[in-house]
Amino acid sequence: MMEATSQEKPTFPRLGQPAPAFEAQTTHGVLRLEDFKGSWLILFSHPADFTPVCTTEFVAFAEIAPELKKRNVELCGLSIDSTYSHIAWIRNIEQHFGVKIPFPVIADLNKEVATLYGMIMPGESKTETSRCVFVIDPNGILRAMIYYPLTTGRNMQEILRLVDALQTTDKHGVATPANWKPGEKVIVPPPATAEGAEERMKAGFETKDWYFSKKAL
Amino acid sequence: MPCIDSSGDLTEMARKILAAMAGPAPLDEISEKTGIPLYRVRSAARELVDAGLAEERDDSYAVSASGHAAILGSTGKA
Repeated sequence: MMEATSQEKPTFPRLGQPAPAFEAQTTHGVLRLEDFKGSWLILFSHPADFTPVCTTEFVAFAEIAPELKKRNVELCGLSIDSTYSHIAWIRNIEQHFGVKIPFPVIADLNKEVATLYGMIMPGESKTETSRCVFVIDPNGILRAMIYYPLTTGRNMQEILRLVDALQTTDKHGVATPANWKPGEKVIVPPPATAEGAEERMKAGFETKDWYFSKKAL
Repeated sequence: MPCIDSSGDLTEMARKILAAMAGPAPLDEISEKTGIPLYRVRSAARELVDAGLAEERDDSYAVSASGHAAILGSTGKA
């Protein structure tokens, strides 16, 4: 006879919607999502403290923290470990790698935040969070998500590039093409009417066709 | 806790924040004045209000009588 198993339906946040609210114990005390209002927030999860790939990522996140700060972005880590484990690991990183971790880390022992954000991929692990990144804007709207597997460390330059792209979109009302980097030309949103398409051809942008225009900022 | 340590003393961060609340002042101003990130100031303000050391008045925060006593107290016990 087959044993019945209870399976919770995983929830996933949606782009363009308010990021799920939370209150959590962190290495900086009890924090709520709303505490970050007015700043961009990169909420990221890692599988476990005292593991090698996660250690390289924490060092790398700490290294880009000053660049993120310039962009009004705060960082907040998360894993299903205790605050004491986080503190011990952070101190260990400072001792062995000479890097101080400046951002808070959520101790999500009851998996509350991990479940809200769909950070647990049971196909990979039922007890660890995958390598997720959630970019939340100053109004608390979820703007981008990245999911990496347990085995693969994230690319910090891509995270910086993503933040730059989102902030450029907000500031200038444009989109950004593949592999875009700050300083490069951006995409002018395509016109939505036939008249607009006609006008676009004479608008003075770098235009391949009515739907494909670029401009320098 | 970030504001009150295990022996009941105010932490350095709490003292800085309470000193900046002498005004009273809104939290973003306190963050700017102390150099403590706004998210930490918001969290600390909650803790200080819960502990009776600060009071919220029209979107600004001020040190309470107990807060003053805690700052001035020789042991700083909260």
